[in-house]
Amino acid sequence: MTGYPPSLLALQAFTGLALGAVYVLLATGLSLIFGLLQVVNFAHGAFFMVGAYAGLFLFGVTGNFWLCLVGVPLLIGLGGLAVERVLVRPLYGRGIDDPLLLTFGLSYVMVEVVRMAWGKGGIPFETPELLQGATDIGVGYFPIYRLFVIGAAAVVTVALWLLIERTRVGLVIRAGARDPVIARVLGLDVSRTWMLVFGLGTGIAGLAGLLAAPLQGASPEMGATVLAEAFVVTVVGGMGSLAGAVVAGLLLGVVVSMTSLFAPEMAKVSMYALMALVLLVRPQGLFGRVGFNA
Amino acid sequence: MPITRRAALSTVLAMPMLSVRAQTGPIRIGFPVPLTGAFGAEAQDQVRAAELAVAQFNASGGLAGRNAELLVRDDRLNPGEAATRTLELIEKDHADFIVGGLSAAVQLAINNVTKQRKVLFNSISQSDAINEAADASRWTFHEALNPHMTAGAVGRYVFPKFGKRVAFLTADYAYGHEMVRGFQSAGAPLGIEVVADIRHPIGTSDYSPFLPRIQALKPDVLCICNFGRDQQISLKQATDFGLKRTTKLVAPVLLYTARVGAGAEAFAGVIGGTSYYWRLEDTVPSARAFNDAFRAMHGGRVPSDYGALGYAGVTTVLAAVRAAGSTDTEQVVDALGVLKYDAYKGKQYYRGCDHQSVQSVLIIGSKDKPGAGDADLFDILAQEGPDEAMLRSCTSLGHS
Repeated sequence: MTGYPPSLLALQAFTGLALGAVYVLLATGLSLIFGLLQVVNFAHGAFFMVGAYAGLFLFGVTGNFWLCLVGVPLLIGLGGLAVERVLVRPLYGRGIDDPLLLTFGLSYVMVEVVRMAWGKGGIPFETPELLQGATDIGVGYFPIYRLFVIGAAAVVTVALWLLIERTRVGLVIRAGARDPVIARVLGLDVSRTWMLVFGLGTGIAGLAGLLAAPLQGASPEMGATVLAEAFVVTVVGGMGSLAGAVVAGLLLGVVVSMTSLFAPEMAKVSMYALMALVLLVRPQGLFGRVGFNA
Repeated sequence: MPITRRAALSTVLAMPMLSVRAQTGPIRIGFPVPLTGAFGAEAQDQVRAAELAVAQFNASGGLAGRNAELLVRDDRLNPGEAATRTLELIEKDHADFIVGGLSAAVQLAINNVTKQRKVLFNSISQSDAINEAADASRWTFHEALNPHMTAGAVGRYVFPKFGKRVAFLTADYAYGHEMVRGFQSAGAPLGIEVVADIRHPIGTSDYSPFLPRIQALKPDVLCICNFGRDQQISLKQATDFGLKRTTKLVAPVLLYTARVGAGAEAFAGVIGGTSYYWRLEDTVPSARAFNDAFRAMHGGRVPSDYGALGYAGVTTVLAAVRAAGSTDTEQVVDALGVLKYDAYKGKQYYRGCDHQSVQSVLIIGSKDKPGAGDADLFDILAQEGPDEAMLRSCTSLGHS
């Protein structure tokens, strides 16, 4: 078999978009927390992993995947609220490294706790019955569940955008990010808003973990690669930019997918090569603003 | 001249180390395996099985009343750590023999230490390199299968049955490459055509970008040459992409613990090779005896493939001790070299040039649903008997 027929290229590109949708989900939570709180959340991958295990637990109790889709982000989001209130809040105003080190340590604790509770090996997670199998999308067969993940990523992104740009809560979040002192002077409870943002970011990470579980099962180490990928997307898109996370996520998905077709050994490297290129040409990322929040 | 502490220490350290391995007291077997890390489940089963081997040796009288004892150490799946633990086992704990090592790189690291110190080492995980002249030695034995034998046997079974258009999806490191080479050397005389040879980075969590091309090529057979979680995730995602509709999925090594971790759906219908599957007890008496003893000792559970290697690795060394009537390394090496044994799966022996254990390879297929009692996950489809012709020749390995 020689050459690459157009239908294969189309399917490959579509696979890239689907992969990109997963990257978008991974990055939005991280980008949100960094953009608004200036906290580099190194426990992002761990929240993702705990999301998968929380899904496993909740599915075991309820037997209903759709309930998990609501319950897991709530559960992980509540965990995030507590982490912000108890651990992160005392560190505000102490430079960017302190919360970074804290969340870094926290991620180790979370991984070890999961290992103790569920064991070191991976645990399978069945694809929900309704979404099993592959369907013909015109250029080839594609797993129905991955189509669902694209949809879920779109819903989450749009909802998040509406929340930040179109609601009162969003207005407060933006005001708190732009100038916390003035916001406080105007009588806004900035610390409550920040707690909310942290919970929102971790909740999305948990949801991403749940959505990833039927693709790769649950394992204590599954968050490690995710953290690196989420950072690449955030850096390429621009720290703290939602639009940047979406565009960069999809772009990286397609780049990784196309590289996998023509030079599979380079698949992993291609992502970092693109990041290096973007950093050289546009150090603030595709959608980042120069000096914003600096 | 006053005796300083430094002088005293250096005198102690300078004493020849071999003399401390005594001919009295317990027979110590050092057992470095990765209790923590990706292969923890396999390693723990190896310990269980090795404990059985030691208990049986002691219950049958030991070596004229001298009992054996197992010194288990965690090598954390790290070659450097494994080398350190092995060195400690030999010098500090006075281990007489070393059995263990899980993963190709780790066993080579252990072998470096034992070879240098002329201590007998029986390796119990897959590697081709350990047979080659550069790594093999008089003191190096390899109880496990190697990728050449395993992939070869699977290829000889699969290619005539399912077709000659073959694609590979391979983890891009030494073990993956060794398995592909095994398939290709078995497939060449059968006239296979390789339509794609895709190398993926080790530790990939999403295989979707590699799958459209394979789907478009519609090969008869897709050989997935990776290990552990890589194997679990790639098989699951290949199933999701509907590849099983057109293509037979094949894994050179199908591990019991990997199947447990991935679930029945992903592995359903997948064919692969293994050194041991507990249902061998239906036809092989020694497998029945081994399983029964293992079940009695460990609360009714059945041994896994890699677990059984822990048993075989220790049992053969202790059999050689008994045959030699001594724990002297050189005498035990000679005895082990000529040992003909049936420890748990039928007839085996170590080949002269590289001490590779010549043994059968099982071809197994994963069941759609587990059989009775949840432990029955595979069907034994075929068995390739022990035959030196299936190994790489001694001259091709660089042995004179």
